[in-house]
Amino acid sequence: MGCEQWRGKLDSYVDGELDSAEARVLGEHMRVCPACAADALERVQMKRALQMAGERYAASTELRNRVAMSLSARSLAPKPRRHFSYWQILAAPALVLLIISLATNFYMGRENARRQRIYSELADLHVAALASPTPVDVVSTDRHTVKPWFQGKIPFSFNLPELQGSEFTLLGGRVTYFEQTPGAHLIYQIRKHEISVFIFQDRAFGGRGEETASLPAGAARTLSFNVENWTQNGLRYFVVGDANADDIQALSKLLRDAG
Amino acid sequence: MKVPNEHESAATFEELAMPLFDQLYNFARWLTQDTAEAEDLVQETYTKALRGFSSFQAGTNFRAWMYRILRNSFLSSRTGLKTMVAIDGETDEQLLPAENATPESILIAQADRGLVQQALAELPVPAREILLLCEVEEMSYQEIAETLAIPIGTVMSRLFRARKALRDLLRDQSEGGRDGV
Repeated sequence: MGCEQWRGKLDSYVDGELDSAEARVLGEHMRVCPACAADALERVQMKRALQMAGERYAASTELRNRVAMSLSARSLAPKPRRHFSYWQILAAPALVLLIISLATNFYMGRENARRQRIYSELADLHVAALASPTPVDVVSTDRHTVKPWFQGKIPFSFNLPELQGSEFTLLGGRVTYFEQTPGAHLIYQIRKHEISVFIFQDRAFGGRGEETASLPAGAARTLSFNVENWTQNGLRYFVVGDANADDIQALSKLLRDAG
Repeated sequence: MKVPNEHESAATFEELAMPLFDQLYNFARWLTQDTAEAEDLVQETYTKALRGFSSFQAGTNFRAWMYRILRNSFLSSRTGLKTMVAIDGETDEQLLPAENATPESILIAQADRGLVQQALAELPVPAREILLLCEVEEMSYQEIAETLAIPIGTVMSRLFRARKALRDLLRDQSEGGRDGV
């Protein structure tokens, strides 16, 4: 195929719309044809310039809230009636209550989503650590080795439980980051199951008072992992693993008693 | 199959539709060239989409469907009416190869962001919207075809003409700028 035929296909090429066989042939052609290559380059640059230019306007938070509210209001509000009646007048206080509960629902829904996001990010950290060739940076079963290792690496200190008499083994620890905040990531083992314990400063999760409401302590299950979380001495603990819920609880209790 | 009740379908609608909020607003703002109108348009789009959600076919492209509603609402609005003629009067023309790249046209492609924005705003709506869908929303030809309810061949020819129109505008701007110095 000559340059003329290819010219008509350059747009499809840079838009990623040519089939792979054709794209490969055109790619080879451009390696030996500076004119077509320059032409394609210009189109790519044009695309990039437009992409930057076109991302320009951000909606106000107010509009976003208004739209989101109208969606949840519509899904629960009674269907509009054709005639006004006493019922509607009587229903006004109920409507106020309904709106308040909608707003609460909406808020809770967002908090739920936030909690799910935190849990799945922690589950990611847990899996990523286990999948890495060096799951822990300090390899030791001795809490008196692991704890001091974190000194100067994270801006807080914590206590680890004595494991004698329990089925848990400490495998080691590593420094981890969650939302740009450093924290300790400890890995324990029980019957071939690895369990991650994450410890962060509680204020990293968005503040003090309202924070506790947005991320209530307690057990949960996400992506087939069991999760437990609580706050203690200004630290936020998360225990994540595929071990059964009882094991997660048992380890959480050991940590709580030690902290 | 279980038919979702009204509450459930609204929850799903919200989950599908709210992530598109920012991009829909940006698209609306570019179409209308006005903040208040864009806000009304986005609100209208969500209201209509929620109402028509039961007719949305699961498995088809939800994003394209939302954009289509937004665009149709825009076209039937006061501002949009004026642009209808241009779109309806279009004929599919043969795709012509663009003129060769010259160092000058490469300079245009690197033109500063403000100039590109200005040129984009000046383009007629059919050209502006297809460039936004393709470059900013990074839609495939197939998605654009669904959004604009036109065949893929028309997507390609309209995109080709839109790019040429933009290039011409930018070239005029840069030449105008040079004359001014």
